[in-house]
Amino acid sequence: MITNSRFFNRSELVGLISLVLLLVVILPLTLDIFRLNLVAKYLTYAFVAIGLVLCWGYGGILSLGQGVFFGLGGYAMAMFLKLEASSAANTKIQSTPGIPDFMDWNQLTQLPFFWKPFHSLPFTFLAIVLAPAFFSFIIGAAMFKRRVGGVYFAIITQAIAAILTILIVGQQGYTGGINGITDLRTLLDWDIRTDHAKYVLYFVEVAFLFGAVVVAQFIRLTKLGRILVAMREQEDRVRFSGYSVANFKIFAFCAAAVFAAIGGAMFTLNVGFMSPSFVGIVPSIEMVIYTAVGGRLSIFGAVYGTLLVNFAKTSLSETFPQLWLFGLGALFIAVVLAFPSGLAGIWADNIQPRIDRLFASRGEKSGNGLIADGAPAE
Amino acid sequence: MSHPRLTNAYLEPLDGVLMSDEIKPGLKSPFRRKLLQGMVALPAISLLPRGAFADVPATSAVNTTGLAVTDTEVTVGILHSVTGTMAISETGSVEAEKLAIEQINAEGGVLGRKIKFVQEDGASDWPTFAEKAKKLLVNDKCAAVMGCWTSASRKAVLPVFEQYNGMLYYPTFYEGLEQSKNVIYTGQEATQQIIAGLDWVNKTKGAKTFYLLGSDYIWPRTSNKIARKHIENHLQGCKVAGEEYFPLGSTQFNSVINKIKLTKPDVIYAIIVGGSNVAFYKQLKAAGIDLSKQTLLTISVTEDEIDGIGGENIAGAYACMKYFQSLDNPNNKTFVPAFKKMWGEKTVIGDVTQAAYLGPWLWKLTAEKAQSFDIDKIAAASPGVEFKGAPEGYVRIHENHHLWSKTRVGRAKADGQYELIYETADLVEPDPFPKGYQ
Repeated sequence: MITNSRFFNRSELVGLISLVLLLVVILPLTLDIFRLNLVAKYLTYAFVAIGLVLCWGYGGILSLGQGVFFGLGGYAMAMFLKLEASSAANTKIQSTPGIPDFMDWNQLTQLPFFWKPFHSLPFTFLAIVLAPAFFSFIIGAAMFKRRVGGVYFAIITQAIAAILTILIVGQQGYTGGINGITDLRTLLDWDIRTDHAKYVLYFVEVAFLFGAVVVAQFIRLTKLGRILVAMREQEDRVRFSGYSVANFKIFAFCAAAVFAAIGGAMFTLNVGFMSPSFVGIVPSIEMVIYTAVGGRLSIFGAVYGTLLVNFAKTSLSETFPQLWLFGLGALFIAVVLAFPSGLAGIWADNIQPRIDRLFASRGEKSGNGLIADGAPAE
Repeated sequence: MSHPRLTNAYLEPLDGVLMSDEIKPGLKSPFRRKLLQGMVALPAISLLPRGAFADVPATSAVNTTGLAVTDTEVTVGILHSVTGTMAISETGSVEAEKLAIEQINAEGGVLGRKIKFVQEDGASDWPTFAEKAKKLLVNDKCAAVMGCWTSASRKAVLPVFEQYNGMLYYPTFYEGLEQSKNVIYTGQEATQQIIAGLDWVNKTKGAKTFYLLGSDYIWPRTSNKIARKHIENHLQGCKVAGEEYFPLGSTQFNSVINKIKLTKPDVIYAIIVGGSNVAFYKQLKAAGIDLSKQTLLTISVTEDEIDGIGGENIAGAYACMKYFQSLDNPNNKTFVPAFKKMWGEKTVIGDVTQAAYLGPWLWKLTAEKAQSFDIDKIAAASPGVEFKGAPEGYVRIHENHHLWSKTRVGRAKADGQYELIYETADLVEPDPFPKGYQ
């Protein structure tokens, strides 16, 4: 059934190498640290977009609530950093020194119990991965076991994003409210605000991103990935074949959630704060747009799509402060109308064939590279 | 303008710097008058740096830290939301800042340099504010940034300004509990807005019971905390009848209006922000609470908000601010027409808009006092800088980088304007970390 014996076939290898070149060599050499830090911020969304490729592109599960998981990861990281920044010495001006400043403003006099474990970095790392996995498992189990899917699932995830935002904003004594958790400074006494730290964090993030790419590719190529695609196309047939559709869906949803949470944690480290404006409906939908622009079936496309949309956002808003939203809207409409399968579609239709011809004319005949791979049902 | 100027000039040589620097062609008459008074301070001139006499000091002298300053231009940033939910509030601030910059340029600029501005859109999104603030400081090397509106946006940019050593002029009245070398707060901090207003309503209306309302975020909560402490600890025999909060954007106030009808407080103290105000005042009116009989004191409704609420719905309510468009003083009489000429007859000018107008002027005066654009020197020179041309009257920067300014109470009229009812006799000292109110 699958002739692909290699982990990355030739065209994917080209994609991988060009992405490595772009992120590891070209961007760091050509951009100043301010722009590179912006790229780092954009790439945090690429984690979410890769998760969405698995969950939406392959599994057919459209989640409009990925901001929830991005937020869970980001807040977990922010809680650790905030506790470190709120040492008794730094906060001696407060009525209760040693607790985060926003708690003091809200008349809290001691650290809430659920904040206490976040003094520990290993616990924080575990929480970044396990909290969203657990949460998405519960949502997934509740929905998919009851065979809720499609547009209903999308609406429910959206509602969850709205609920979580309201919860965070409302419980400001515990969460920082609408201001979010700000003024994060050090990670284990290492100042994350310096230019040097920004470089280091950028490369750490890129390394994690390629880790995510490899994991996503692995999931895609296993039998599991094939079942996801089959499910997307003919859910009943898969069910009749004896597979537990719900469990596969839950898995895809959980994987996407964990990717998003890692992105969220990297976001907090790179940007230096976390706020409910990344949790709500609007950022969640934006994340789906990144995936759509990149091409929802392409892992690399997701990364490029995220970069492209965010670059456009930044440069349009810098050039036309009053009109940029219209420009961005026009870009989305143009992409959807002209290139429904996104950047990856443009690549596959226009550029890939030329590269293939180039290789073919050199007499290099390796049968398997030319066969469309990935999703047989496309 | 009966400030005890002469004695000050003798006592503080730095003030002499400010004055002698104003010996320049093209300055308006208030400055000339001040100048004549300042002649008495001639002994202080011997303390001046030599550069103060040159018409246009050399760029290398006024800019030692690589800011965007050329021989003819200096770049500042404007960072507000012009898109998104906050755009409606922040547009006034942008307009006021542009007006101030235009007027300063017409007078010859700052230290002989015209002000050029780079405008960025915060898009009502706090991380975008942080990103743009960084861009203005790192890429554009702005000598100062006028910007932010909500506390959340200020909290988001504050670490950026402190890390990259920028200077922010922040216009909004806010909750206090903050003080930074890198920020000048041209709005009131909470105690300046609250205490004098409560004293006034207690004294003139004999108010004893207060019902505190607020939108649920840091500013109303902190403000009500200060109000409660003042009511319970400083006003004789007064008490708080109730305290309630509503999510941002909430439009359902019927249950609290019923409670107000039951408890019959002497004063409704309302800190409801944004669009919620429209629903709140309309529902009050619909419930038969007549604001000409029931005293309502707010610190969150400026002329801008009345525009949305409708004057007939809020007429009779009292607001505690530092500026009203209707203020009757010479500065305001030139400011309001200039603003309308630039931005249209229909525009209204609220408290924050006026505070935003102060930003570029205070920065100009500080730069001329410091004879430099360097951030550290601006920060150090800021305390004591006074602006006599402020539409609200006279203001001065305090050591804590907030403004000394008067507290005023106005009464809303059906035409959407406030009528000045009371103002404090003296400037009120800013106290961002009030003792006994925490």
